[in-house]
Amino acid sequence: MAEEEEVILLDFWASMFGMRTRIALAEKGVKYDYREQDLWNKSSLLLQMNPVHKKIPVLIHNGKPVCESLFQLQYIDETWPDNNSLLPSDPTYKRALAKFWADFIDEKVNVAARRIWATKGEEQEASKELIEILKTLESELGDKDYFGVETFGYVDIALIGFYSWFGVYDKYGNINIESECPKLIAWAKRCLQRESVAKALPESEKVTTFISERRKKLELD
Amino acid sequence: MADEVILLDYWPSPFGIRARIALREKGVEFESREENLRDKSPLLLQMNPVHKKIPVLIHNGKPVCESMNVVQYIDEVWSDRNPILPSDPYQRAQARFWVDFVDTKLFKPADQLWQTKGEEQETAKKEYIEALKILESELGDKPYFGGDTFGFVDIAMTGYYSWFEASEKLGNFSIEPECPILMASAKRCLQRESVVKSLHDSEKILELAYKLRKIYCV
Repeated sequence: MAEEEEVILLDFWASMFGMRTRIALAEKGVKYDYREQDLWNKSSLLLQMNPVHKKIPVLIHNGKPVCESLFQLQYIDETWPDNNSLLPSDPTYKRALAKFWADFIDEKVNVAARRIWATKGEEQEASKELIEILKTLESELGDKDYFGVETFGYVDIALIGFYSWFGVYDKYGNINIESECPKLIAWAKRCLQRESVAKALPESEKVTTFISERRKKLELD
Repeated sequence: MADEVILLDYWPSPFGIRARIALREKGVEFESREENLRDKSPLLLQMNPVHKKIPVLIHNGKPVCESMNVVQYIDEVWSDRNPILPSDPYQRAQARFWVDFVDTKLFKPADQLWQTKGEEQETAKKEYIEALKILESELGDKPYFGGDTFGFVDIAMTGYYSWFEASEKLGNFSIEPECPILMASAKRCLQRESVVKSLHDSEKILELAYKLRKIYCV
C-alpha cells in the first residue's frame, strides 16, 4: 500500500448509506477527509466523481471514485484487509449469505421507509410493510449478538444507519418499532457501543427535525 | 470431495442464464432443475423462503440466492480457473457498480417493453435505449466490459442480450443503429460456448414473450 493515501468521502450527515462508509473506514482505522455535500446544490466534484447517479456517498481513493455504499464496504474490506474484517473470509458460503442480507436491506428497508415520510396517504401501508421487513431481519438475527455472528460486520453496518431514522418512521408511520422489534433495538444499542458507530450516527432527534423541515418544503405538512 | 451442485432455474430467465453461464465458464458439473413459476416446488420455497425466486444455486445442500450473488459465489469457490471478477479491488468495485447499474436501470424498462403499450411503452423504450447508451459508453472500445476477457458485467448483460430480439420485436425498434458497439459485444458474448450451451432458442423466447404480452396487455 502507498505511504501517502488520500481518502476523501463525499457524504451527507443524515444519509444512512454514508453512515455505512464512515463506519467501515473507522473500523479499519483509515484516516479520511469528510466532505459534507449540499444535495440541493451538488458540487462539481460530486457530479464529476459520480456522473451516472450524482449521489452520495462517494469514496475517492487516491483520486479514483468508488460509488454505491455496499460496494464501498467491499472495496474498503479488500483494500485494507489487515484489521477488522467486515465480511467473513471463510467459508465462501457465509460471504454470499452476508451479501444476500445486505441486498435485502437495500431492496426492502429503504423503499418502505421512504414511503412512510416522503408521501401522503401511503404511510399506513408502508409502515406495516416496514415492520414486516424488520421482523424478517430480527428473525434472521435470532439469538446472535450481531448479524455477522460473533463479530460486528457487513450486514450490521448495512442496517445500523437506519436506526437513526427510526424516530422518523415511528412519528410519520404512527408505529412503535421498539415494541414491535425489541431484539432489533437491543442489537442496535449493542452496535452503538462501538466507537465507529457512535461517531457515525447522528442524534435521532436531529434527523427527525431535518425530516420535519423537508416535509414542509415538500408540502406534506 | 464430490461437489453436489443443483441449479433451480427457469429456462427463459435472464437471471437464471447468468448462473448457468458462470458454472459453464468454470467447467462445473451441475444438475439443472426446471421450476414452474406458477407452481413453485417445495424445494424452491425452502431454499429461498425470503424471495421465492430463481435462480437458486444449491451447493452441497446450502442455497445461494440472487443471480449476481450466485455468480460471485461461483467465482470465489472455483477460484482456480477462468476468473470472472478482476483481482484488483478498484476494478472489482467498478464491475459491481456497472452490474448494479444494469439491474437498476435496464431491468424495469426491459420488463415494461413487453408489459405495456402506447405511451407507457414509448417511455420504457426511451429509458431502455438511454441505459444501453450509457453502458455502450462505458464499454468504449473494449471487446468486453471485462476488457479483453469476458467477465462479470458481460455475464450480467448476457441475460438481457438473450432477450434483445424479443424486446426489439415487441417494442418495434432496433437496437443496432442505436448502440452498434454494444451490439457487436453482445454478438461476441452470444457466441461463447458457455453462453450457447446456456441459451434457449431465441424463437422460443420470442414465442413466450408474445404469450406473456397477451396476458399483461389486455
